[in-house]
Amino acid sequence: MKRRHFLGLLGAAGVSLTTGVSAKAASGADVAGMPNVGGVLFDASRCIGCRKCEAACNKVNDLPQPAKPFDDLTVMDTARRTDAASYTVVNKYQPKPGENPVFRKIQCNHCMEPACASACFVKAFKKTETGAVVYDASVCVGCRYCMVACPFNIPAYEYHKALAPRVMKCTLCHPRLLEGKLPGCVEACPKEALQFGKRRELINIAWDRVTASPDKYVQHVYGEHEMGGTSWLYIAPKPSFSAIGMDEHLGTTSAPELTSGALAAVPAVAGIWPVLLTGIYAISKRKDKIAEDEKKAAVEAAIAKASADAEAKLAEELSKAEVAGKRRIEVEVKKALEAAAKEQEGGEDA
Amino acid sequence: MSTEHAKNGSLITPFNIVAGIILAAGVVVTIMRFTMGLGSVTNLSDNNPWGIWIGFDLLCGVALAAGGYTTSAACYIFGFKRFHAAVRPAILTAFLGYALVVFALNYDVGRPWRLPYPIFYQQGTTSILFEVGLCVFIYLTVLFLEYLPAAMEWKGGFDKYRGILVKLTMVLTIFGVILSTLHQSSLGALYLIVPSKLHPLWYTPYLPVMFFMSSMFAGLSMVVFEGTLSHKYFHHKMDEDYNANYLDLQFAFAKGAAWIMAGYLAMKLLGLSMDNRWAYLFTGYGAWWLLEVVGFVVLPCYCYAVGYRDRNIGLVRLAAPWTVIGIMLNRFDVSLIAFNWQLPSAERYFPSLGEIIISLFVVTIGIIAFKFIVTRMPIFYAHPAYKDSSH
Repeated sequence: MKRRHFLGLLGAAGVSLTTGVSAKAASGADVAGMPNVGGVLFDASRCIGCRKCEAACNKVNDLPQPAKPFDDLTVMDTARRTDAASYTVVNKYQPKPGENPVFRKIQCNHCMEPACASACFVKAFKKTETGAVVYDASVCVGCRYCMVACPFNIPAYEYHKALAPRVMKCTLCHPRLLEGKLPGCVEACPKEALQFGKRRELINIAWDRVTASPDKYVQHVYGEHEMGGTSWLYIAPKPSFSAIGMDEHLGTTSAPELTSGALAAVPAVAGIWPVLLTGIYAISKRKDKIAEDEKKAAVEAAIAKASADAEAKLAEELSKAEVAGKRRIEVEVKKALEAAAKEQEGGEDA
Repeated sequence: MSTEHAKNGSLITPFNIVAGIILAAGVVVTIMRFTMGLGSVTNLSDNNPWGIWIGFDLLCGVALAAGGYTTSAACYIFGFKRFHAAVRPAILTAFLGYALVVFALNYDVGRPWRLPYPIFYQQGTTSILFEVGLCVFIYLTVLFLEYLPAAMEWKGGFDKYRGILVKLTMVLTIFGVILSTLHQSSLGALYLIVPSKLHPLWYTPYLPVMFFMSSMFAGLSMVVFEGTLSHKYFHHKMDEDYNANYLDLQFAFAKGAAWIMAGYLAMKLLGLSMDNRWAYLFTGYGAWWLLEVVGFVVLPCYCYAVGYRDRNIGLVRLAAPWTVIGIMLNRFDVSLIAFNWQLPSAERYFPSLGEIIISLFVVTIGIIAFKFIVTRMPIFYAHPAYKDSSH
């Protein structure tokens, strides 16, 4: 593969990874803009803990019968959460000793920008115009990241089904809403502690009630901004929401916003790494090459120097040898001359 | 172990007995899991949907398989050519590691046959888990391609294809680094969505960076640790080239790990300062955090540094498994111990026997596969027919 071709492929991979993952799409801002999104207002000061909503929910959703009947109010002595067989539960709290207990209903809050939907890697969850966050079991892989992600600990799982376990949670009675009916729990509530309507209007109603009785209510509408806002809204009697088991430290950042930064880093990584790594490779290769060249040059220089030295030495040796040779000849000549002279002398003597 | 086997030719070795028991128990739990559901063998609950099959098999598995990209990047990109002989064992370990991560996931997810759905059927692109899944899927393929030449040399007759793969080395290595950067960090990013559930000492916007940095020294430490073990048990399989460079490699990796761990430590402290979370250090969770950071980052980092400076191989070999345990501790902290910290203790998670058996089962399969491959294929030595090859 040519490097350019490879980079092209890589870029394509990066783009496909991030299609529709711009921070806006990831934060579900399009959903937040739904003008008529539905919701439910729960007024904890009105709830009497009759469990009629639990019974209705069980019936309209065809859930299995619980071990203890719905008119048994002793089950509220221990705190419960939603599970695969119950989409909603009511818990009893005692915020102020000696006074009447306060009840709080728990179910899916149908976030405006749901953590479950943003966490799901097969898009099994969807926020709809009715306000409901609906789940599609036909694509669910069963990874349970939605359960990890949910700040309200709502989705439950069918842990005892071997082949087709589902994530179970309140649907806001989405099918009933489409038929124009009320959610099962809202319809069953005898004290109007539950009220269905357009979320925008419910927020106004909630604030009207809260501001009208500042001594009675906590001056806050829970769900208006929590985790980017939820379709379920809560108002509660004093002293606080945490006194009825609600987390007051969730903040207003929506779940998708929490991860959009990390997702936005994907194209950056996919773009920068190949350039950087190829660069590092080129530099280390170049360094090797330079080192090699330098080594070669040094060796050549050394060889050149060595041969020059050798030549010089040879020349010196040669010249030395020449001198020595001359001398020897001279000596020999001298010797011969001397010998000849001696001979001559001797001849003369004789 | 393997030498004993070779001597008496009997299948009854201590290794085989222990492995056999774990495999048998694993098969029993497997049958239970797929006939009676997750609830029959795990302690998972609605509040604790992820247990050790995610915390250990996935998070630790992926971090400890990081030796593949760190070693091949060091050799092919950063130009540490001397360590060429270490690439194959590291790639093999990474490939087996990732394959086992995917295998183990089949136990954890409710409908494993739908695992390809997020990639091929309906893409949840807003999900960090989608990024993890896609990267792991592609990276497993890349690792398989990187490992393939060894298998081809073993069987012989694939020279043409082997040649193509060898030519792709550089591309595959760069791919490996990109994919590893993305999914190692996104494993940390998985927890960005739960600021209310993860203890503030562990929850920070730097989670992805920290997971990526720690994967680097996890990978280096695993190569050192595994090199030491392999040297002991598969020495007869190693050629001169491997043996000549393996001490140098351990020292070089010790140096690298020490630097990266120092950077990681700075990151950890930066996280505390930026969000001003120092006060949490004086709580019970603070003591645990200090144990993780001082006991399993600062001290092994110091051992690596001193071991490198003094060329004290004993110290380096001590630091490696120490760091590996530290990585496991960190991943357990993020996924299990500091997760759901506000729940009452009765609702907290502790793994069941069945979950532990499956995790052991997966590790055992990995060791057996590793043993099978290195005793047959050219992993610790260059195949005589391909001695001059650069792959």
